[in-house]
Amino acid sequence: MSQFKTSYEQDLRLATKRSDVFWYGLLLAVLLAIPFSLSEFYVGEMSFVFIYAIAGVGLMLLTGYTGLVSLGHAAFLGIGAYANAILLSEGVPFAVSLPAAGLITAAAGVAIGIPTLRMTGLYLAIATLAFGAIVVLVGEKWTSLTGGFDGFPVPTPTVLGFAIEGPSGVYYMALGILVLVVLVAMNVLRAPLGRALVAIRDSEISAQSMGINLAFYKTVSFALSAGITGLAGALFGHYVRHLAPDSFGILLSIQLVTIVFIGGLGSLHGAIFGAAFVALLPQAIALVRDDLPFGIGRLPGLEPSLFGLILVLVIMFEPHGINGRWQKLKRWFLAFPLHKRAAFRRQKTYAKTDRLR
Amino acid sequence: MSGSTGYFSARDLAMRFGGIRAVEGVSFDVRRGEVFSIIGPNGAGKTTIFNMISRIYTPSGGSLHFDGQDITSIAPHKIARLGIARTFQNIELFTNATLLQNLLIGRHCHSTVPILSQLLHLPSVRRAEVEHRRRAEAVIEFLNVQRYRDQLIANLPYGVRKVVELGRALCTEPKLLLLDEPSSGLNVEETEEMAFWIEDIKKDLGITIIMVEHDMKLVTAVSDRVLALNQGRILALGTSAEVQGDPEVIRAYIGGEPEPAAEVAA
Repeated sequence: MSQFKTSYEQDLRLATKRSDVFWYGLLLAVLLAIPFSLSEFYVGEMSFVFIYAIAGVGLMLLTGYTGLVSLGHAAFLGIGAYANAILLSEGVPFAVSLPAAGLITAAAGVAIGIPTLRMTGLYLAIATLAFGAIVVLVGEKWTSLTGGFDGFPVPTPTVLGFAIEGPSGVYYMALGILVLVVLVAMNVLRAPLGRALVAIRDSEISAQSMGINLAFYKTVSFALSAGITGLAGALFGHYVRHLAPDSFGILLSIQLVTIVFIGGLGSLHGAIFGAAFVALLPQAIALVRDDLPFGIGRLPGLEPSLFGLILVLVIMFEPHGINGRWQKLKRWFLAFPLHKRAAFRRQKTYAKTDRLR
Repeated sequence: MSGSTGYFSARDLAMRFGGIRAVEGVSFDVRRGEVFSIIGPNGAGKTTIFNMISRIYTPSGGSLHFDGQDITSIAPHKIARLGIARTFQNIELFTNATLLQNLLIGRHCHSTVPILSQLLHLPSVRRAEVEHRRRAEAVIEFLNVQRYRDQLIANLPYGVRKVVELGRALCTEPKLLLLDEPSSGLNVEETEEMAFWIEDIKKDLGITIIMVEHDMKLVTAVSDRVLALNQGRILALGTSAEVQGDPEVIRAYIGGEPEPAAEVAA
């Protein structure tokens, strides 16, 4: 279970345990093999999970690690999607347009980050909500750039002369970017930057006394979070193939927030668990819809109300989300015959900083 | 101001919140290497002075000098790099991080690696991190908290948290350490231990300390000089014995003549 550490460098490795290398390697191998063994439908669903996971990691850095809530993150997804699609249609190669979409969205993140520096909690939520609404409106009205309600067709990307087409093309692209984004996020978290973000989340006043420039690091957090979400947006464009401004509204923003809350605030695992949950739940509902008793399946608004119900239940009974459950399950197996209920009792006392200020 | 003589000096310090004069006309000098205690009944303005020194408040009047530099209007996050660190009265630790992470955050003012290299985790980041870790481990050893190294602060008892806060301040490698009620919430034994640490920090690490404290036993044990405040003004300044014998101070605490109004607060 544990191994002796002999140097400080060991704690800086991405995988601190040797068994992790094996399990994550196995996971990656399975994911690489999926397009060869599953039908196109499932490959498409998995790509959707990856895209949500990228956006989830982006929002997790902001909400889970810096403690800043955003109800306008779908706008960043939209900006990334349109930036990438417009650049591609202007003949810019995909290898440039994708990173450019990330950078443009990061700049948008700075633009919303700076005026909201002094806001936290509800005020920040409302400011970002307004920002999201404005972006959608601009997208609808600025028809010469976005095509308005007619939509904007997303050109097929080519890399080194190969067109990235079909479900498996998008699948591998999304998987590759997700792995990259997770690596960057892990680098952030093991560096002074990540610690500064956590410090801001837990106590602004002492973060400042330790020499952390609040304005600078909050802006960096917004930029990073927006940039990563922008990359997810670019991929989202290739997934849906046709962009419309109203698909990046408040509902998508709330789905993104749901990802980080249900997944478990303050963990990268959580972002990915949450993304899988939120992306696959509608499909799961569709599968069982016809078999539900009393015609529940035909009720309008079944999906959003189920989302809401689950969010409430998670917040009430498992504030650490799916990831919290997963950690407990792991510990239960490690301690197998000897586990005791009280081992997890204490976690309820963290309340103060679990709450977003 | 060039008239300042001490290592750290405050001149005519004033702080007003609306109509309330929390601190008024307070001047004092702190010598290099001494333990300087500030005492006074509740609401005397002790913590306000601390918040002005660590630049959380901007003084309404007066000036602050440290090590030959005017720090009256410097940005709050730059104070740590100048060599001033503090602890808080009601413990402001990063509760959802481990003890080690808390100490490493204390190293923040010494991290110079650009953000872009951090995103890519270049070898320079790794070298710097190992160095930070070495310094943090030295503090862990100094304060003897090895067994709590990887525990979340949220799971640690109050007494240990108090020590961790001291450790986090030490990680910034301060020249001047501000301790806001280091003994509050500690039992007699823990308070005695705290006194030893303050002595060690002064003698072994050569750090100058300004301390706000209510426990007179601790004040007497470690202080070189004591400043007594009441209602934002200086009552007395001198050795611990001198200050405790000062009739003004006795009146502020115990309340003798019914002269000033708000003594009940003590």
